[in-house]
Amino acid sequence: MELTTLWFILIAVLWMGYFVLEGFDFGVGVLLPVVARDDRERRVVINTIGPLWDGNEVWLLVAGGATFAAFPEWYATLFSGFYLALFLILVSLIIRNVAFEYRGKRDSDNWRAWWDRAIIVGSFLPALLWGVAFGNIVRGVKIDADKEFVGSFFDLLNPYALLGGLVTLSLFVTHGAVFLSLKTLGDVRERARAMALKVGLVAAALAVGFLVWTFAERDGAEHRGWFVVLAGLAAAGLVGGLAAAWKGHEGWAFVGTATALALAVAALFTVLFPEVMPSTLSPDYSLTTTSASSTHNTLTVMTWVAVIFTPLVLLYQGWSFYVFRKRIGVQHIPA
Amino acid sequence: MDSLNLARWQFGITTVYHFFFVPITIGLGFLVAGLQTAWYRTGKEHYLRLTKFYGKLFLINFAMGVVTGIVQEFQFGMNWSDYSRFVGDIFGAPLAIEGLLAFFLESTFLGLWIFGWDRLPKKVHLATIWTAASGTLLSAYFILAANSFMQNPVGYEYNPATGRAELTDFWAMLTNKVVLVTFPHTIAAAFLTAGGLMLGVAMWNLRRNPSKDGEGFRAAAQLGAWVVVAAAVVVALTGDQQAKVMTEVQPMKMAAAEAQYDTKDSASFSIFSVGTPDGKEETFAIRVPGLLSFLATGSFDGTVEGINDLQTAYEAKYGPGDYTPNVAVTYWTFRFMIGIGMLAAVVALFALWRLRKHRQMRGRLVWWMAVTVPLMGLFANSLGWIFTEMGRQPWIVFGLMPTSAGVSPNVSAGEVLTTMIGFTLVYGLLAVVEVKLLLKTIRGGLPELPAEPTDSDGDGTGDGDGTGSDDRPLAFAY
Repeated sequence: MELTTLWFILIAVLWMGYFVLEGFDFGVGVLLPVVARDDRERRVVINTIGPLWDGNEVWLLVAGGATFAAFPEWYATLFSGFYLALFLILVSLIIRNVAFEYRGKRDSDNWRAWWDRAIIVGSFLPALLWGVAFGNIVRGVKIDADKEFVGSFFDLLNPYALLGGLVTLSLFVTHGAVFLSLKTLGDVRERARAMALKVGLVAAALAVGFLVWTFAERDGAEHRGWFVVLAGLAAAGLVGGLAAAWKGHEGWAFVGTATALALAVAALFTVLFPEVMPSTLSPDYSLTTTSASSTHNTLTVMTWVAVIFTPLVLLYQGWSFYVFRKRIGVQHIPA
Repeated sequence: MDSLNLARWQFGITTVYHFFFVPITIGLGFLVAGLQTAWYRTGKEHYLRLTKFYGKLFLINFAMGVVTGIVQEFQFGMNWSDYSRFVGDIFGAPLAIEGLLAFFLESTFLGLWIFGWDRLPKKVHLATIWTAASGTLLSAYFILAANSFMQNPVGYEYNPATGRAELTDFWAMLTNKVVLVTFPHTIAAAFLTAGGLMLGVAMWNLRRNPSKDGEGFRAAAQLGAWVVVAAAVVVALTGDQQAKVMTEVQPMKMAAAEAQYDTKDSASFSIFSVGTPDGKEETFAIRVPGLLSFLATGSFDGTVEGINDLQTAYEAKYGPGDYTPNVAVTYWTFRFMIGIGMLAAVVALFALWRLRKHRQMRGRLVWWMAVTVPLMGLFANSLGWIFTEMGRQPWIVFGLMPTSAGVSPNVSAGEVLTTMIGFTLVYGLLAVVEVKLLLKTIRGGLPELPAEPTDSDGDGTGDGDGTGSDDRPLAFAY
């Protein structure tokens, strides 16, 4: 296999990991005002992701870094092109992450209420905007002969990409609700399960619509057959997950929503390949895995680093999930 | 202002701000790990209380370091896309490796440390903070290797076909002579900063109420002060090495650091000077003879090239243009960096003398020292980085790419201004919140320890069967 193809796959895997992991973080954040009725319950909700959110977010940083290293042209065009959207995501992540750490550090209702807002907004916006961003990547944007994005911020807000945003938002909320039902006790658990079913049905409808539209948008893409297979499996994962949630098998429900998110990302990358950022101005201007990539030398070094250290990361991150596997209820929240 | 200057200001603002948190994270992580080790070894309660107290300050600071760091990684692509295209083949790899090797380690193991007090055996829990602290060193190395490429590009070849710099020797990039001297200097400076924070906070509390937590804060003051003194020695020695490497690879930066326009043998170093308004002639100065030659070459009568000769040489090499950095900025940041850093060492020596005599920490002077010593390291760091980066101008990659060629061509001045105002407002607001929280924590003094939880199965991990049947409250929760 070409190293450029390998790195395309690795970056897809990093985004899969990011959507599965920070996906439930975002969902938990958005659901904060819905599933928790008082401060103790809100603390239950926040503490389910307390030890995990920071490690989850590193998947994004590594995806960004890996794109820079393996496909500098993709990184440069994407980040300078989606400028204001990324700025909004950054500000959201900033206020949200600080909120987790600072919320409990002062005993004041007003103080906590402000940080709660930061968590909700800071989770809602990226959950929506990542979908918009991916919608635009898959659909293609105005890229000129110099590989520069020449569209505007408002070009990014087209109906297809906005639907993509609603899909990630609703999927993340579903995934977060399932996660909460798996990690909490008592009322929060019940409310989370109910939310998972309600939002999950909406998410399923939106996701299927988006995947069908994607199939039409990427008319002529090389791997549309595989896209259909992966998209179908993603949909099956979501439906299976919802069925498990309905039956009260929370662990299987989580496996289902996680599978759905991972396979949906895999499907999008598959239908994109070998392009990484299609141009709507001319197919000649599209960035591809070869035209956007680093040299063979750099990719070789990066491959060795990834081969050696990725298993190690998976091992200790998995261990931290195991350490914090216990459910939390209001009785566990210290004064 | 055009988008180039706005993008430069944005990089300056966000990076200087980010680097207020980084050195504290590096230094204080290890100091907290040391305190916890002292508790683990001796079982003395005040070490545990110090661990929790400084651990809390560490975490308040760490949160800010993380969130401002995300901006850094995105900023290269957002504001400096042509730079990213030009150097991505070389510069991207250390950034990606930093994420994979260091960020995962730091974030995962800090999560385990913060929430793991009752979930992990004591020894394993202690190992988590050491692991997280080690992650900060890895992170520092890779990001400094990336920066060193900008100061002294090595291990690459310019490819005219692709119009970019391409990696030829990864190992050469990782062992750039600039990173080999910059890494120890930066790490020592981080310890100086964190030691200063530990010392200042302890002094302040000792002065306010010597009878409350006196034993603990004396130990912390002593540890902090020794760390500052030891770090200051390493900072000075490595800084000296750095000056020599800098003279070799970026002679213009050294000349600008002394505002020396003409090439001289046995060049003197001015501690302080007053010049004509255009800065090109000196009206008054206090000088140490031969010192600049010594700093730059290791010999008191070595030759130090002047700005004018270098400007002529660079014009011959790179074509017409202004190759002189802002002399006033480089001159003063260089001096204040050294002066403020050394002042921290003086305060630390004073504190050690006071502690040795078992004297009370009293008086206005002690108060001033306590309040300013944590800031000295911080400001010396900022000044050092402003010097390093401003002294490289007009280059973004020295000798290879001018800064003006690196900016994103498709991002308008209005867009850069929007994000700059946005980041500045958010950062400003968070700075106020952060400082207030730090002060509140510092005023609170050492935390009381909760009663030892019963550990029925005796494995030191609490219940741990994962069934949720255990209703004891968590040892720590947000």
